[in-house]
Amino acid sequence: MTATETYKVGARSGVGVSSQRPDAVPKATGEFSFSSDLSSHNMLWGKTLRSPHPSARIRNIDYSEALAISGVHAILTASDVPGKNLFGLEHPDQPVLADDIVRYAGEPIALVAAEHPEIAADAISRIHVDFEVLNPLVDAESAVTADPIHPEGNVIRHLVIDYGDPTSSGDVTVEGTYEVGMQDQAFMGTESGMAVPSPDGSVDLYISTQWLHSDQNQIIEALNLPEDMVRLTLAGVGGAFGGREDVSMHVHLCMLALHTGRPVKMIYDRNESFLGHVHRHPAKIWYRHHANKDGLLVKVEGKIILDGGAYASTTSAVLANACCFSTGPYKVDNAQIEGWGVRTNNPPCGAMRGFGNVQTCFAIEAQMDKIASALDIDPVELRLKNALEPGDQIITGQKITGAAPVKEVISSLADHPMPEPAINDLLARPGGTGRTTDQKHVKRGVGFAVSIKNLMFAEGFDDSSEALCEVNDGSVAIHTACVEVGQGFVTLVHQIAEEVLGVSDITVIPADTSIGSAGSTSASRQTWMSGGAVLKACEAVVVNLIEQIAEEEGVKYENLDGALVSEDGTKTIPIAEALRGRSFQEKVVHRHAPTFPLDEKGQGNAHVSFAFAAHRAVVDVDQELGLVRVVEIATSQDVGRILNPIQAVGQIEGGITQGLGLAVLEELVMKNGVIQNANFTDYLLPTALDTPPIEIASLIEEPEPGAPFGAKGIGEPPTISSTPAVVAAIRDATGLDLRRVPVRPEDIALE
Amino acid sequence: MIMEVLIASSAEEICELLGQDNSRQLLAGGTDFMVEVNYRHRSPSSVIAIDRVPELRNWHHDGDSVVIGSCVTYREIERGPLATLVPALAQAARTVGSPQIRNAGTIGGNIGTASPAGDMIPVLSALGAEVSLRSSEGKREISLDDLIVGVKQTSLGQGEFIESVRVPVLESPQEFLKVGSRSAMVISVTSLALITYPKTQSVGIGLGAVNPRPTRARQAEEFIKDFLNWESMQVDPSGLDHFKELVSEASRPIDDHRSIAAYRRHSIGVLAQRALTRIFSERSPSV
Ligand SMILES: Cc1cc2nc3c(=O)[nH]c(=O)nc-3n(C[C@H](O)[C@H](O)[C@H](O)COP(=O)(O)OP(=O)(O)OC[C@H]3O[C@@H](n4cnc5c(N)ncnc54)[C@H](O)[C@@H]3O)c2cc1C
Repeated sequence: MTATETYKVGARSGVGVSSQRPDAVPKATGEFSFSSDLSSHNMLWGKTLRSPHPSARIRNIDYSEALAISGVHAILTASDVPGKNLFGLEHPDQPVLADDIVRYAGEPIALVAAEHPEIAADAISRIHVDFEVLNPLVDAESAVTADPIHPEGNVIRHLVIDYGDPTSSGDVTVEGTYEVGMQDQAFMGTESGMAVPSPDGSVDLYISTQWLHSDQNQIIEALNLPEDMVRLTLAGVGGAFGGREDVSMHVHLCMLALHTGRPVKMIYDRNESFLGHVHRHPAKIWYRHHANKDGLLVKVEGKIILDGGAYASTTSAVLANACCFSTGPYKVDNAQIEGWGVRTNNPPCGAMRGFGNVQTCFAIEAQMDKIASALDIDPVELRLKNALEPGDQIITGQKITGAAPVKEVISSLADHPMPEPAINDLLARPGGTGRTTDQKHVKRGVGFAVSIKNLMFAEGFDDSSEALCEVNDGSVAIHTACVEVGQGFVTLVHQIAEEVLGVSDITVIPADTSIGSAGSTSASRQTWMSGGAVLKACEAVVVNLIEQIAEEEGVKYENLDGALVSEDGTKTIPIAEALRGRSFQEKVVHRHAPTFPLDEKGQGNAHVSFAFAAHRAVVDVDQELGLVRVVEIATSQDVGRILNPIQAVGQIEGGITQGLGLAVLEELVMKNGVIQNANFTDYLLPTALDTPPIEIASLIEEPEPGAPFGAKGIGEPPTISSTPAVVAAIRDATGLDLRRVPVRPEDIALE
Repeated sequence: MIMEVLIASSAEEICELLGQDNSRQLLAGGTDFMVEVNYRHRSPSSVIAIDRVPELRNWHHDGDSVVIGSCVTYREIERGPLATLVPALAQAARTVGSPQIRNAGTIGGNIGTASPAGDMIPVLSALGAEVSLRSSEGKREISLDDLIVGVKQTSLGQGEFIESVRVPVLESPQEFLKVGSRSAMVISVTSLALITYPKTQSVGIGLGAVNPRPTRARQAEEFIKDFLNWESMQVDPSGLDHFKELVSEASRPIDDHRSIAAYRRHSIGVLAQRALTRIFSERSPSV
């Protein structure tokens, strides 16, 4: 079944139907206003000067020539940062503007505001920086012991998980070292925003981001302003995938606006966008798996090195994920895992869809196939044997208390019919429009992979979201700071409010910092967190409504399926009707169950909930040329409950495509600390011709306790095991080991 | 910062405008030019837009050859009568960029950019294309192989521009194959054109993305002659390994972010063998 066949977009709203996104048509027709469309009277254009060197000392910055250009209104450097010249998502370790040292190629050094973007660009080219170029540290492994490149040292986090009996061993062991290249979020809309100063010295920032309040906290520190003087409003976001979780131009825009007293806008071009946000951590992973003759896992030993680049960003949390789930969705009683998140002079890495699980899943699934082959067990059967079940423990000692339909996910996918044999079409073969491959050069392969992903923030983080539900004579307005990055939260707000209140006149108030934090749109968390907050706020309205009526009529009503039913059962009023002529304002803060830090052995209830997915890839490979065509990817996913089927399918199709990209195409190629392909000519995203039909074998709906409507996050799992499934399929077709992604033509053809 | 854009309406006018100021730069489809302007790799003060000049936009079938105006787009080359007359050029055109790029990008611009990865280049080279150049001083013809002298370098004189390209109409099989990591819209990692010349019982092989300038695999062309049967359109497979080697040896590829030299050397040989055996079926010598 495909998305369009299965789920017809319905006009009716409420939870569980494919109600149409309010922004669908405007986005399709180009009328939607993205952050790059912002404009204001009297606006200036900002531009950033960035370091061409991955490691250098700044001896001097001479901007006199640039400042003399007519139309240039400001040039700012590190000494102009009003507050702390440091920011950072988890903790501040990154300069807003480089002071004496630059630690990665692309690090911001100076800012320009000018009448026109061309004048700003011209000014940038006339700022002369005298660098003492230093030798960059670019190898993550040697970073652990190398001279520190930052006052905080090179090891951002070292994490050990010591679980069970380290002396245990199995009948067979398989070992391998794996590598993951640097993937980028490559969202379509580059970074852009506009800061508007006020006469009182405060500033409004309109920005595309993932987390307004985290941005605000970092900006006020750098600007040295109180919270109420830096107000953020979400501007139209053109995709995020983790790459907008960190601050990019935010402080820069505010500095320029406050300095010039005029609105200032910035848009990164594609090249600058690749330099201006964090990437997926490149990883090097070693594993030794021990299993019994019958295929049951006995012990997993692993060493994981993540290259965090020059600044911390979310490296510490990404490493925790990589380590906590380093044994995959499988039950194993013993594990010895050691992980390092290190600092190098490579570009900073941070959040990207899958967040640490992507890297280890690629390696784990290769190991599982090696065990299967060593024991001559079918790879699917091996996975079924070892699959986690509800009540099992993961290697942090945490018991899975919620839904864990791992076996259902695996077997439903395994039962799904295979695609048709290849059709006789040159364009459908590996090589595509290049006409390289005849049918006789094609070998078909099939690969299977399974993944686990934790949902929401972890390790004791106080994770919350606030929502306001305002009812005025039957019409409803909902306010949160939840960022819509394309995932469809705006649709969900309508659905939830309609489900609870039965009203269809619902307004979603723009996300801004005038309400409490919603947390980040990441970690597959917003449906649970902000969706949960909206649900609670709407429910609070109903509770108040019942109280009001009780006071007025002296009759107690109960909420039964969207209608108020009197205690004696004689009277029924639809909630929507009861709301008419009344006003309510309910604000609630929603939190998930608390989590706890990991102890020195990596043990603890650090996570909230888990989601599982399985992917089966079918590929055609032209081994002599090393060209791959993915023919089909099929999936089953544990979703808790589907709140909007077409949106669920959208997440799954997009996520799988991103996983396919990492498998065979997407990599920022580094040379001595400098990105070689910071453009869409050479950073190769899958085109329509590279993206195969995506078959949904099954969406397993086992409601998750504690989640609104039982819905699990579904955004990340599709990206995680799709990559190893594709690579396993290439191995199946070629017999090659393939220990690195993306798999390049030369990795296949020259082996 | 001010950029003057002059819109030419005839080839004559281009000559005049260049005659007045030969630092003026030519803008055809702009698919290379504008990328360079946007990234400030090029900041011309005066630009002549040539894409509306009728003579440059047209092509005509002239006896044994076809003359293609420099502003003919990939869209026009990839289908219709031109595609029948010069099939390898059409096969190459279909691999260029996206439909938007093919609607705007021109054959003259591809030559003007003179990138080693330009997809028209190996085809034109294998076809022995002659390029007509023009300036206020007059006209001259030069082979494509002589026009492109290095990576993004041509021997165009001051005030000179490309008027058209002449290629033979052969009515015999031609093949263009291109390797890229992606199935579409990708810059060549390697590409190869193989043109058959039944009259001289020879093949022309143009190599793409493996040399700084247009390159024919002359030794391979020469060597394989003895293994081809033009009546049965068969190739004696015992010659294929060496043929492949000779093609690889004609390449001088580099390592870069798109690929590595070793793979380029390998794949160019594979493409040559595949192109040849698509046209000439393999006949075992013992049969
Ligand atoms: C997204 C994208 C994908 C691309 N994919 C490919 C691809 O797959 N394969 C490929 O080969 N190329 C590709 N290109 C590059 C480009 O499209 C081609 O090289 C195209 O042929 C350039 O033609 P144009 O008409 O746009 O030239 P322009 O950009 O207008 O000009 C290019 C250069 O040629 C000069 N010039 C133009 N016309 C003349 C003339 N008549 N006489 C003298 N000089 C002249 C110009 O001054 C300029 O230096 C791609 C470009 C983009 C943006």
